[in-house]
Amino acid sequence: MARMKFLCDSDRCIECNACVTACKNEHEVPWGINRRRVVTINDGRPGERSISMACMHCTDAPCAAVCPVSCFYTTADAIVLHDKDLCIGCGYCFYACPFGAPQYPRVGNFGGRGKMDKCTYCAGGPQQDGTMVEYAQYGSNRIAEGKLPLCAEMCSTKALLAGDGEMIATIYRERVSKRGYGAGAWGWRTAYRENVGA
Amino acid sequence: MNRISRLVAAAAMAFSLATPALAQIGGPVTGTPSNPITTPGSADELELMKALNGGRIAGRVSIPDAQSASLIQPEGREWRDFHNKTLTWVGGIAVLGMLAILAIFYLSKGRIRIDAGPAGRTIKRFNGFERAAHWMTATSFVVLGLSGLNLTFGRYLLLPIIGPEAFTAVSLWGKIAHNYLAFPFTLGIVLLFLVWVKDNIPNKVDVAWFKAGGGLLGRGHNHPESGRFNGGQKMVFWITVLGGALVAASGYILIFPFAVTDIAGMQLAHIVHGVLSVLMVAAMIAHIYIGSVGMEGAFDAMGSGEVDLNWAKEHHSLWVEEEMAKARETIGGPAGAKAAGAD
Ligand code: SF4
Ligand code: SF4
Repeated sequence: MARMKFLCDSDRCIECNACVTACKNEHEVPWGINRRRVVTINDGRPGERSISMACMHCTDAPCAAVCPVSCFYTTADAIVLHDKDLCIGCGYCFYACPFGAPQYPRVGNFGGRGKMDKCTYCAGGPQQDGTMVEYAQYGSNRIAEGKLPLCAEMCSTKALLAGDGEMIATIYRERVSKRGYGAGAWGWRTAYRENVGA
Repeated sequence: MNRISRLVAAAAMAFSLATPALAQIGGPVTGTPSNPITTPGSADELELMKALNGGRIAGRVSIPDAQSASLIQPEGREWRDFHNKTLTWVGGIAVLGMLAILAIFYLSKGRIRIDAGPAGRTIKRFNGFERAAHWMTATSFVVLGLSGLNLTFGRYLLLPIIGPEAFTAVSLWGKIAHNYLAFPFTLGIVLLFLVWVKDNIPNKVDVAWFKAGGGLLGRGHNHPESGRFNGGQKMVFWITVLGGALVAASGYILIFPFAVTDIAGMQLAHIVHGVLSVLMVAAMIAHIYIGSVGMEGAFDAMGSGEVDLNWAKEHHSLWVEEEMAKARETIGGPAGAKAAGAD
């Protein structure tokens, strides 16, 4: 089985936000929730870089570790998913997540958080694959259709790569050796406890 | 030549990477990188450096959600350790430890009786308002405490027994109750503070009271004297007021996520809230014990508000004298005269 990962090549990302838009559209993500976003560091200064970031589907995922109702599970492809029927919207996963991936609709009292929503790697949720129930809760399930996440597919510069970790790391390494520079894979050390490798 | 220059470069790089780490270990950090991001090494190095220094990598985003500008926050890992390890251990030891101490105490010393036996006559200890404030605080505290403990321990203790759906239902109602009961709890803390603070200023009598082993350890017929509240009760009062205030303050930060602070602040608020809460739960378990099974006659104070006169004389001698003096003044008869029914 593959070990699915995301990799954002910040030397290629042009901050066009197509991945963000594609994700919102594909899953009909509600207003105020961003499963993916593009963060620009050193904006307007030398060394400016844009990085498209969503849930990284961590190894030994921190969100799953702290969830008081243990509603996370990991698929055979190492995709980290959760069950919205079990989530209580406590917000703990946001405190533990290194990448700010979990999102909460604002519902009910105070700043009350609703059921957590995050990137599913276009893999839906625990409901029956490809059903309307699944779509309504988690968005479309492209993985079940044999496709990879739409954000990466849409990326015009191919900065954002999705797929088996080994494979995208190889692509990235080839790029770096060809062009002679590379800023590294953002979040890999934190998410996967490993580097893209030399 | 080429080799040498490469060696030099490698050494320089190794040194530059090692410096922040050394600075961390060797006492006060003097040479924190002014802005490490302006000289982007590889993403990997930067991440490593930030993880070592406990820093966050943040930037700018074009969406309104300010929190999403934080790209990588390695502190999440520390918060995870706090929540899964530290809090679980501190809470478990505090609560179970307190229960164990009380059990041992009960088994070895039993219930503390009124030495002189019940007098049959009572004296008013707490009026209706005081009792209402106490019970409002107490009931909300119990629900807050249980629903809070559930978030840390429920997944180990309750989830395997009742299953995921039922556990989610319990936890969800617990969360809603926790959010709403925060308000009566806070109000209760304020009221209790206002009505009782004047009787809870620590003084010399309390020192003597503690030296004599208080009401629990200092058994026998020489009860240390005490005013309206003894040293132990004053401790409970200040734990409730100060602990409650801090727990409430950190709780309001958590209830309105990111309204006043960022992710680091939220994590800190949770840490303060969690640790103080489990300690308060432990303290209140002791309070509940003494106020119920632990001591004969104690519950009436908060039950009917009327305590047995002999109980009052044994545990709050100075207060009884004061009350008696006040009663005589109110009656206003000639000194030494007894009002009808005063005996
Ligand atoms: S990126 Fe965040 S939400 Fe995604 S698996 Fe890691 S900790 Fe969980
Ligand atoms: S918000 Fe939901 S998924 Fe996240 S930790 Fe709380 S219960 Fe678990």
